[in-house]
Amino acid sequence: MPTLVARPAGARERAVSGSNAKACYPTHNRVITIVDYNAGNLRSVKRACDAVGIEAIFTHDPDRVARAERLIFPGVGHAKTAMDTLVSTGLGEAVRTVVKRGMPVLGICVGAQLVLESSEEGPTPGLGFLPGHTRLLRVADPELKIPHMGWNNVRVEQPHPLLAHLQPHDELYFVHSYYLDPANSADVYATTEHGTRFCCALGKDNLFATQFHPEKSGKLGLALLDRFARWDGKPC
Amino acid sequence: MLSKRIIACLDVRDGKLAKSVKFVDTKDIGDPVAKAKQYYEGGLDELVFYDITASSDKRAIMLDVVEQVAAQIFIPFSVGGGVRAVEDATSLRLAGAEKVNVNTAAVQDPELIARVATAIGSQSTVLSMDVLRVAVSGSIPSGYEIVIHGGRTHTGIDALAWARKAEALGAGEIVVNSIDADGTREGYEIKLTRMIADAVRVPVIASGGAGKPEHLYEVLTEGHADAALVASMVHYGDYTVAALKDYLAGRGVKIRRS
Repeated sequence: MPTLVARPAGARERAVSGSNAKACYPTHNRVITIVDYNAGNLRSVKRACDAVGIEAIFTHDPDRVARAERLIFPGVGHAKTAMDTLVSTGLGEAVRTVVKRGMPVLGICVGAQLVLESSEEGPTPGLGFLPGHTRLLRVADPELKIPHMGWNNVRVEQPHPLLAHLQPHDELYFVHSYYLDPANSADVYATTEHGTRFCCALGKDNLFATQFHPEKSGKLGLALLDRFARWDGKPC
Repeated sequence: MLSKRIIACLDVRDGKLAKSVKFVDTKDIGDPVAKAKQYYEGGLDELVFYDITASSDKRAIMLDVVEQVAAQIFIPFSVGGGVRAVEDATSLRLAGAEKVNVNTAAVQDPELIARVATAIGSQSTVLSMDVLRVAVSGSIPSGYEIVIHGGRTHTGIDALAWARKAEALGAGEIVVNSIDADGTREGYEIKLTRMIADAVRVPVIASGGAGKPEHLYEVLTEGHADAALVASMVHYGDYTVAALKDYLAGRGVKIRRS
């Protein structure tokens, strides 16, 4: 096990650098780079990483994102606003580079939605790493609320190292009004139900993405982040 | 299927738990961070801090509390009290609050809801409303009126109309706090909660009156609430969050127990 570099919880300043960090991780780099594109929840993602002893840095520099050894691609808010920012800053292409390099990548919420080809929120094109679309969640039952907000059961559809700790009745935290609709069922790793059953975790090879928020899902969510930090980028 | 949520509310003044809340485990008296952590470890679904700091110059203390809590608990938590401008909401979000509650300032300036929702997203914008039962009249057809300043000032605004308007302006969730029931520990205002919950599409949190586990059961079933806010019944040590969850699950309410 590499020695972990402790960072003070809640540090206000941005951690700068990969070069020092790299020296601490000569063979097995656990440092997580978080893509900073003003999409909101990256601080809570970093706090969750701090809590489980994972060093995480956030950056809005596309070159540094492109060189990441391990990447979290977060997001809350509006998909089109997020995508426009990713395009104008070059960060979207930087994320694509990391995916192509085969490094472990974790998308969260809007970050997961933009993994697909398009989103109805806007509408906007997505980054298109996986075939499929993000669609508006429509539920017929008037007692079911939109957004889908709160704790819901996650059903694992096929084994994945990042979900291996989940038990059948475990619940994770969601807040969203659009849902993931990947074209290939082989890309669906977990589903949940809110009026209808839909995908809440998808992935392929070194890419994994969740509609739920691991950083707000208590100990089960923290465990997922810890697993991501140790993941070799292979789906099984 | 979504679980019904149990949300604990802590009143904070000048960065400390308000004196009105007397805790049994004395070592935690005054420290909202320790109390938050205890509830988190006990399986709480969500947390609300209500800042009742009177002087504006001490408001920064709340941001420190929020930062400390955000570093230690990994469930959603919201902060309310004294949010008057978009800047108040964005600084609370940056400090680590998942959601921000607006109340009095939104009544005085409804567009504040829209501005906050634009800045931090509807999913993070919560309208908290204090409601008083009144006689049905032309201006208050529902028989429930919005009050502000902790219930001291009538507004002439109908609670049902206000809930619908707040939703249209971008509130992603509504806390319905019954001034009549608040502090009685005799149960939530079921009729009011159900009326609002049925009128809006966003989740509704029932607040005020919780004293027994049956009260949570009533408001989460008959009252159509998505979540129940608890305060003194857990603060005083009469019930633990886990015991409330066991009770609700035993009566068939879908509740998170992982």
